[in-house]
Amino acid sequence: MPLSQLKDSVPVTGMGPQVGAYGVQDTLRSGFSSVKNELLPSHALELSEKNFQLNQDKMNFSNLRNIQGLHAPLKLQMEYRAARQIQRLPFLQSSHLALDTLKGNDESISFEDILNDPAQSEMMGEPHIMVEYKLGMM
Amino acid sequence: RKMATLSVCQPQLGGFSFENCKRNAVLEAEVTKLGCNVPSARKTGTTICGVVFKDGIVLGADTRATEGMIVADKNCSKIHYISPNIYCCGAGTAADTEMTTQIISSNLELHSLSTSRLPRVATANRMLKQMLFRYQGHIGAALVLGGVDCNGPHLYSIYPHGSTDKLPYVTMGSGSLAAMAVFEDRYKQDMEEEDAKRLVRDAIAAGIFNDLGSGSNIDLCVITKGRVDYLRPHDMANKKGVRTGNYKYKQGTTGVLTKSVIKLDLEVVEETVQTMDTS
Repeated sequence: MPLSQLKDSVPVTGMGPQVGAYGVQDTLRSGFSSVKNELLPSHALELSEKNFQLNQDKMNFSNLRNIQGLHAPLKLQMEYRAARQIQRLPFLQSSHLALDTLKGNDESISFEDILNDPAQSEMMGEPHIMVEYKLGMM
Repeated sequence: RKMATLSVCQPQLGGFSFENCKRNAVLEAEVTKLGCNVPSARKTGTTICGVVFKDGIVLGADTRATEGMIVADKNCSKIHYISPNIYCCGAGTAADTEMTTQIISSNLELHSLSTSRLPRVATANRMLKQMLFRYQGHIGAALVLGGVDCNGPHLYSIYPHGSTDKLPYVTMGSGSLAAMAVFEDRYKQDMEEEDAKRLVRDAIAAGIFNDLGSGSNIDLCVITKGRVDYLRPHDMANKKGVRTGNYKYKQGTTGVLTKSVIKLDLEVVEETVQTMDTS
């Protein structure tokens, strides 16, 4: 049975070619393309780490749906969507306090909090482009 | 290159970054072509063990950390604190065991504040195995977790890929076979505390004397309900020798034949005074 037809499977993203608006490689925004760099992940854990949170959420929501009914994940996702909007402009550091509290991340520490803290990152995103991307103008 | 353009559009995330993996692979290939070695991680090629006795748990560990063929640390501490009633010995990559136990200790503290109860060993075990399985063995931490909670004493061994065993006596590390031989011969159920301490001390000593990766002293940690004894060092199995000879000459060994004093005439040429800024 093909993988994509299994219920609740998350499609593997991020390793395909970066196509832009007209179906070709968008060199301006994603840089030059290289088949070797894009087809194979550089580390065995790269893909699984990228999709880890997505997969966890999907699994939890589907469990919740099976136990309590469709209303439970719908309500939770609505709350998440509302909490996600409480943030500063994309190039600034937002605390995501409401979202963290809802997800339960305020009661746990993992590598996301210790390594590569975005607040200490040496590179800042380009403000205009990030806001345009967020507003969907790009 | 690719990550730089992505960071233009989306905000950065924390956690592990795989940006340099391809570069590292290329560097490693170049270096091995030249015949040199890449720097290796510091391991704790180790003997660690634990045993359940009548009132609680005894954990034991040696204290040598190696870096390839060199001893990197002659007295490192391998028994890590997880919570007031739970301690964990770590074998494998030294940094991995240190960070893993610290993260789990923090999470367990938050969890116990949230439930306002003393944490259970099974909770620590489950947190550790879920984290190690998530990273598929790339985090090289082999742990012996022991503690006493409301359900009694518990002892777990946790492997780098995430499998765990709950047993009355466990050993891990490169010296685990030597230590397990001692346990298999002399372990009895419901031992007294002194017998258990002697047994663990002998098991670690077997590992120290028969395995190159283990050495130096023996650390013990005795956990009972309401009391933890962290005995570091419990036994100095490999004491460094003391020099028997002294090669310093005593004063007056060389006889003085003649003595002449010549006074040097110095005249003052220039005198300047510089004030110091003492504000």
